[in-house]
Amino acid sequence: MRRLGHAGRIGVAWLVSSAVGMTLVAVYLAPYLPPGTASKEADGQRFDNEVLTLVCIPIVALVLVYFAYVLIVFRARGDRTAEGPPIRGNVRVQTAWIAGTTVTVLFLAAFGTYELLGGAGGGQGANPVFVPSASAATDPPLQVQVIGQQWQFTYRYPSEGGFESAELVLPVGREIELHVTSLDVIHSFWAPSLGVKADANPGVDNVAYVTPTRVGRFALRCAELCGLFHGYMFDTGRVLTAGAFAAWVARERAFVAPVTRYLPPYATTYLPEPAFRAG
Amino acid sequence: MSAVRRLLGFNLLTGIVLGVGGLYLGWYGGHWLVDGLGAKSLGYFGDTDQNDVSLFLAYIVGVIGFLVGLGFANYPLARLRGYPPSLREKEGDGIGRYFGLSTDHKVVGMQYFVGIGLFFFIAGLNAMLIRFELLRPQPNVWPAGNYLTLVTEHGTMMMGMMTSGILGPFANYLLPLMIGARRMAFPRIEALTFWLLMAAGAILLSGWFFGGIPTGWTGYEPLNDQANLGMDAYIMFFALVGLSMTLLGLNMLATVITMRAPGMTWTRLPVFVWGVISTAILMVLAAPVLIGVLTMAGLDRTVQTGYFVPAQGGSGYLFEDLFWFFGHPEVYILALPGFGIVLELMAVFARKPVWGYRLAVAGMLGVTLLSFTVWQHHLFVSGINADLRPFYMLSTELISIPTGFIFVCAMGTLWRGRITYSVPMLFCLAWVFNFLFGGLTGIFNSDTPSDVTTHGSFFTMAHFHYTIMGGLIFTFFAAIYYWLPKMSGYMLNERLGKIHFWTMFVAFNATFGPLFALGFEGMPRRVVTYPSSLQGLNDFVSASAFVLGLSMLVFLVNLVYSQLFAKVPAGANPWGSKSLEFQLPSPVPVHDFDRIPEIVGDPYGYGVPGSAVARPVPLPAGAGGQP
Amino acid sequence: MDGTVTTAQKKLLGIAAALAAAGVVIGFYVADVLMSGPQAYRPPVGAAKTVELTLETVAAAGPTLAANPDWVSYFVRDASGRWRHTTVWSVPAHALVHVTVYQFDGASGLRNPFMARVRGTVGNVMQVDGKTLDVINPDDASHTFAVPALGLVVPLLAVPDDAKNQCGFGPCPLSTAHRTITFSFRTPGPGRYRWQCFVPCAAGFLAGFGGPMQTLGYMDGFLDVS
Repeated sequence: MRRLGHAGRIGVAWLVSSAVGMTLVAVYLAPYLPPGTASKEADGQRFDNEVLTLVCIPIVALVLVYFAYVLIVFRARGDRTAEGPPIRGNVRVQTAWIAGTTVTVLFLAAFGTYELLGGAGGGQGANPVFVPSASAATDPPLQVQVIGQQWQFTYRYPSEGGFESAELVLPVGREIELHVTSLDVIHSFWAPSLGVKADANPGVDNVAYVTPTRVGRFALRCAELCGLFHGYMFDTGRVLTAGAFAAWVARERAFVAPVTRYLPPYATTYLPEPAFRAG
Repeated sequence: MSAVRRLLGFNLLTGIVLGVGGLYLGWYGGHWLVDGLGAKSLGYFGDTDQNDVSLFLAYIVGVIGFLVGLGFANYPLARLRGYPPSLREKEGDGIGRYFGLSTDHKVVGMQYFVGIGLFFFIAGLNAMLIRFELLRPQPNVWPAGNYLTLVTEHGTMMMGMMTSGILGPFANYLLPLMIGARRMAFPRIEALTFWLLMAAGAILLSGWFFGGIPTGWTGYEPLNDQANLGMDAYIMFFALVGLSMTLLGLNMLATVITMRAPGMTWTRLPVFVWGVISTAILMVLAAPVLIGVLTMAGLDRTVQTGYFVPAQGGSGYLFEDLFWFFGHPEVYILALPGFGIVLELMAVFARKPVWGYRLAVAGMLGVTLLSFTVWQHHLFVSGINADLRPFYMLSTELISIPTGFIFVCAMGTLWRGRITYSVPMLFCLAWVFNFLFGGLTGIFNSDTPSDVTTHGSFFTMAHFHYTIMGGLIFTFFAAIYYWLPKMSGYMLNERLGKIHFWTMFVAFNATFGPLFALGFEGMPRRVVTYPSSLQGLNDFVSASAFVLGLSMLVFLVNLVYSQLFAKVPAGANPWGSKSLEFQLPSPVPVHDFDRIPEIVGDPYGYGVPGSAVARPVPLPAGAGGQP
Repeated sequence: MDGTVTTAQKKLLGIAAALAAAGVVIGFYVADVLMSGPQAYRPPVGAAKTVELTLETVAAAGPTLAANPDWVSYFVRDASGRWRHTTVWSVPAHALVHVTVYQFDGASGLRNPFMARVRGTVGNVMQVDGKTLDVINPDDASHTFAVPALGLVVPLLAVPDDAKNQCGFGPCPLSTAHRTITFSFRTPGPGRYRWQCFVPCAAGFLAGFGGPMQTLGYMDGFLDVS
């Protein structure tokens, strides 16, 4: 067999390192990639991250292997001022590179759009286009409104009498339609393990979908700088079984009953007084 | 002339005196407008006892006073009085020429180098203080409002100053030399861009004394409107920076288009000049948008227009869109000069022509063009119309194609080369490593489902620090080690340079690498608390950040030692480059070229015996260069 | 290079040393500015780990104690009966804190009426001028004392608009019109918990939440539980 030239050696090293890297990632790393599997949307995003990582590995391998090889083999020896060959380009290599990068990029864009179709895309504004495939007629999603204010999130449950709570509790296995809005400045509702992020804009209803698949606690934080205590605007939400959720709703409704009559009627946005300058 | 006589006149001291006078004039004038004229009763200025009108007027009149004191009004006034157009003589010696208005592009380049360096270190110090706070999950060092101001000052100062980080010092000094000219097209505007930046930096630092700035460098509304007086410092800073950038880009383009030497066709330009051209196009087109959006924000804060206040019919989205319409080209303004530097230096240190010159130029211009089509990727989860998201995902991912051209050209340039590992070359190789990871993590950010996790988290922070610091700052240092010998005449110490490089490279990756993990673990940006399980990673990052700061000190020691004490003469061409600026003596004489050369080739004639970029230009007798 | 140091180099070294010294001085000043904030106040701990905390909320902080005399503010009363302008209070962990608030300000109204429900106190109730309440009319709220991390929200009822003898500038004496609000809560384990007001009472600022509502020492503070 002919001895491999420089290009051949680099090519073999690249193929081997790519294969090893991609296998390691697919087998050992992929199940633990963020954001995790606590909701259907999070799992979709996790798979998306897995594909992105797998696509990046050969690219990283190509550049690192190439440079490692070239920096060792083509080191200047002897006269440091001697010049190298006047190679100004190679049409075949350039064409192959352009074609390869274009195909990769188009694939990634198409794949990302495909992942969006299942509603795995966080806040979609007032008219969501990508909704989860669960049909609205047979099993309508549970609407929960997330109200951002400086510096705490509160939550309203319109289908349970419109009561408001300072705790976010969700039933497992049911599709939730989050309506995120703000009362003052821009906040962002982020539940990392559920794969939900939606900016809370004043006067705007930002809809995001999530279907939690695991009972337990989840962290939620504000992800958009909103003033002095932005760093303290975090909390813990809970995902409960359907029965426990119903029990919590009953308890919480009774607890906040004294103030529910003072709340404004449920609406997707609020612009309460003082809307602009106070005093 | 006596010392006092030399101090009187139009220079920095006069500028500061008149500037401070202007500050007071504007401040009290603003109070008179609001209180004395009874405008308060018109309800325009609110009753917060925070007089934004006063502060803005103070800044504006102060900057005008500053510029007048420096002497910028002299020539326009002379022309108004009928004097014919003229060029000031370039001053040849004395350190005083660095402390005023100079029409010598080389002096302006050095002024930029020191001025931007100073603000770079101040902003870097802010970063050290931020990391100091993040050593513990509960805040314990800086009170809450001060921490946010630290974060804002760091980001704003870096973004405002380092956009001119390469064009300011290096393009101003070298562009005329690379194209065979003796000056920039507009020498006084060139000086203006520098002094505007210095005034802006001082104004931003004054934000500390007016209640701090709570919005981060992005200045989102409506928090912007709600903030204390210090927010006006931010608005004024970026408005001045936007003005400086627009004029700088304009000057670069005018110079390259009109002042090339005979024979310097577009395809014979050094690839660094193409980097400057693409950056300048972005500056001219994007920076005015910044000035516009900040004017609107300023009007909202002073006369209470409602551009960004939802209850008055405005929208926070308007600010986000306008800001990022500038902001995204802005980050390519930061990245593009680095592309040019890397290819330029790799050719010299591999002793080979730039491989795929036209492809590289196409890449840079492609990035320039596409950068205007992607800004909504900063708003993926903000509640924009969901139909827009696949388009912006596609456009953002498309930008990686022209960016990839730069990589393949760098790879091709090294193929079968004769590579030496000088300090500038090490920084360029580090760029390859850093920008590779920075660019690829950009793919994660540009993919909408993945962006749901990464937007506004430390992952995004790590991404842009890899591309901006790993890209721009590393090439900034490459440019310093490569071109400072030409500018000052003295080499930088190689040993100290290698220590600086390796400490900086390792510490940089140790600082920003783990931030990707922190972002994926759910830590948002700009927060002062985090779950205690993340403390280990945060402590590692903070320690590495302190080492990174120390590496900058190594550089400073190198700079001071080699330029002021060791003074090893560099000679005309220490790197054996075939580019035009290295055919001149070091330091470059005041008049630049004895005779404008005739260009016969591009500066990449390696491997072809007898090739040169220009017909030999005879050096003046007794010049500091080697024959 | 030879071993002698030229006079030019000595001058440079001198300048460098002076700059370094100036840098250190500037550094100390900067650190001082950066770390400036309200000083913590530790109320005395009584028997059975109970703490008495006495606060007052005023419409204008007044020139004697505050840098911004026009801003609304909290004050805390120390053991000698003097009012102190700080909102950082240190209390022991797992203790019962009994809070008395003298409320001197008029109504601004809650932005989110939900905060009018008393939560997180012992019995989820408070005493206002002797009457036990678990909720107030949100439009009559003047301020709140809320520690979100502890689930504690206490809306503070306003002084009626037509009340006689209202207090102008703080610190306000008890002879002027006020409401007396008392409640108790238990502190958890050690930590630093922020507390804030939820009523948009910052006159002139967007959404009523700028200025004193975003500055430590006025309407925001910390509960240092140790």
